[in-house]
Amino acid sequence: MNRPAEGLPDPDGRPAAVLELRGIAKHFGAIHALAGVDLAIARGEVLGLMGDNGAGKSTLVKIIAGNFPPSAGEILLDGRPVRFHGPSDARGQGIEIVYQDLALCDNLPAALNVFLGREIVTRVGPFRFLNRAAMFDRAGQLFAELKSETRPRDLVRDMSGGQRQAVAIARTRLSDPKLVLMDEPTAAISVRQVAEVLDLIRRLKESNHAVILISHRMPDVFAVCDRVAVLRRGTKVADKPISATSPEEVTGLITGAIETA
Amino acid sequence: MSIETGSRPTPAKAPVPAAALAARYAAPLFLLILVLVFAVLEPRFLSPFNLMNVLRQVSISGLIALGMTFVILTAGIDLSVGSLLALCGLVAAYVAKGGLDDRFAVGAGVEAGNPVPLALGAAILVGMAGGAIQGWIITRLRVPPFVVTLGGLTAFRGAALLFSGGGPISGFTPDYTWWGLGRVMDVPVPVIVFAVAAIIAHVVLRYTRFGLHVYATGANPAAANLNAVNTRRVIFSVYVIVGFFCGLASFLLMARLNSAEAVAGLQLELDVIAAVVIGGTSLFGGVGGIVGTVVGALLIGVLRNGLVLLNVSSFIQQIVIGIVLVAAVAVDQYAARRRQEV
Repeated sequence: MNRPAEGLPDPDGRPAAVLELRGIAKHFGAIHALAGVDLAIARGEVLGLMGDNGAGKSTLVKIIAGNFPPSAGEILLDGRPVRFHGPSDARGQGIEIVYQDLALCDNLPAALNVFLGREIVTRVGPFRFLNRAAMFDRAGQLFAELKSETRPRDLVRDMSGGQRQAVAIARTRLSDPKLVLMDEPTAAISVRQVAEVLDLIRRLKESNHAVILISHRMPDVFAVCDRVAVLRRGTKVADKPISATSPEEVTGLITGAIETA
Repeated sequence: MSIETGSRPTPAKAPVPAAALAARYAAPLFLLILVLVFAVLEPRFLSPFNLMNVLRQVSISGLIALGMTFVILTAGIDLSVGSLLALCGLVAAYVAKGGLDDRFAVGAGVEAGNPVPLALGAAILVGMAGGAIQGWIITRLRVPPFVVTLGGLTAFRGAALLFSGGGPISGFTPDYTWWGLGRVMDVPVPVIVFAVAAIIAHVVLRYTRFGLHVYATGANPAAANLNAVNTRRVIFSVYVIVGFFCGLASFLLMARLNSAEAVAGLQLELDVIAAVVIGGTSLFGGVGGIVGTVVGALLIGVLRNGLVLLNVSSFIQQIVIGIVLVAAVAVDQYAARRRQEV
């Protein structure tokens, strides 16, 4: 595939990549989860990342999220090589993740889940007191922007799948991230709520965010993505504009019926 | 996570079922009933002297139960508190005496070897160090807390026996014994220390970022980690905190008994854990708090005291407290099940 040069638009006019992966590999002992994956995504672009179970999607997500470093390869953010020391570091550098299991604490109210790890606090001596009022207000605004019925004070334990989804997505809007990575956001929610999530992805795109959508659901990928990349057994077997492919071809690539495209 | 497919209506201010509500207030309700029953059966129970006595007895294990609440909220456990208390008390006594030369000297003519803050500081330092060692093993070597602190239970007791050479260290100056026997406006000093500590612990858990992270770590450590909560540091800290309370409590106990010995606090961990659990803090982490623990500690104290006043044998007391403990957890489990059904 062609790859844009660092920080410059590539010859066919694609904008500079906000995130670029070069030759990313990861092995756990003798198991090679990823081998030499290249991937690039620009602002305002939605990239669908597909692959069967065990294809290496989760591993790739965790590398981008800073959960663990790649065994080999480079990560570039805005053309600059970066190395993430843990998830908070990746988040600090502008990468927001919506995890598949949403990473919520169901004993806490929605608002505190939104702010978990970056609470609004008032320092008094050695103590950092939570500014609950400010967090509840801001979370309420975020839920309103997302057109979600979620209330900041409700415990996550008592919420529906869609409301939980809204909590996890509201988190990504606390900052102005460079990249939002969504891991199977539509896997466990109702049809009506899927439409809401897809709307949200479009809104992120409109506000010039880069979005990576990891999904098993072909209709969702074809509804919102500009481009689709397919992983199979740890390598990237396809990376093409959504207009140049079809669900049938992508299915073939995922299963291995089609080698590469 | 549960897979929810159907679009479910927003729970309109989720109705709390009566059963769950009853479960939440079971411990304070039971405490109230106990107080009433003992008051009727034995008039001496409600005398200010007796009530203060109950509070003073509760304050030692209650202090450690405050620390234990942090630990259990992270879904951990600390079985070593009784042994650590004994070791801290001996160190405090050693510092108080300025050595072991006149370890048995009691009564008039006893001289302080070192000022009170030094002995108190030494006890707390040893407690925090003991907690830090266990916290380090739990978080870095990933040995389950139950195993680590079971080892601590034996090891700290052994260290205490070794340190003391088998005998007690007794006889402290009045500025020491004041911490155990003194009163301020008729309230015993240990009770005041317990009350102040409980308020601080409550504020830290409910209103600070650290407290929030304790709850988050207990409920879903993986999620907390993904949200940049340093769960390792949180877990390490709670063992240091319970160690701090062991040191503080050991000092008060030494002052009250005017003696420190290696067999102090035997089986104390049972009372402490019972207080926390009866108070509604879930052993699975993430649910509970200081208010419940104070109620739980009071409940055990009142139960013990009332049964003593009624001349119930101490064997039967143990049976009753065992039953209350199991009943409390059964009620808690029932409430948790109801919560999931909501």
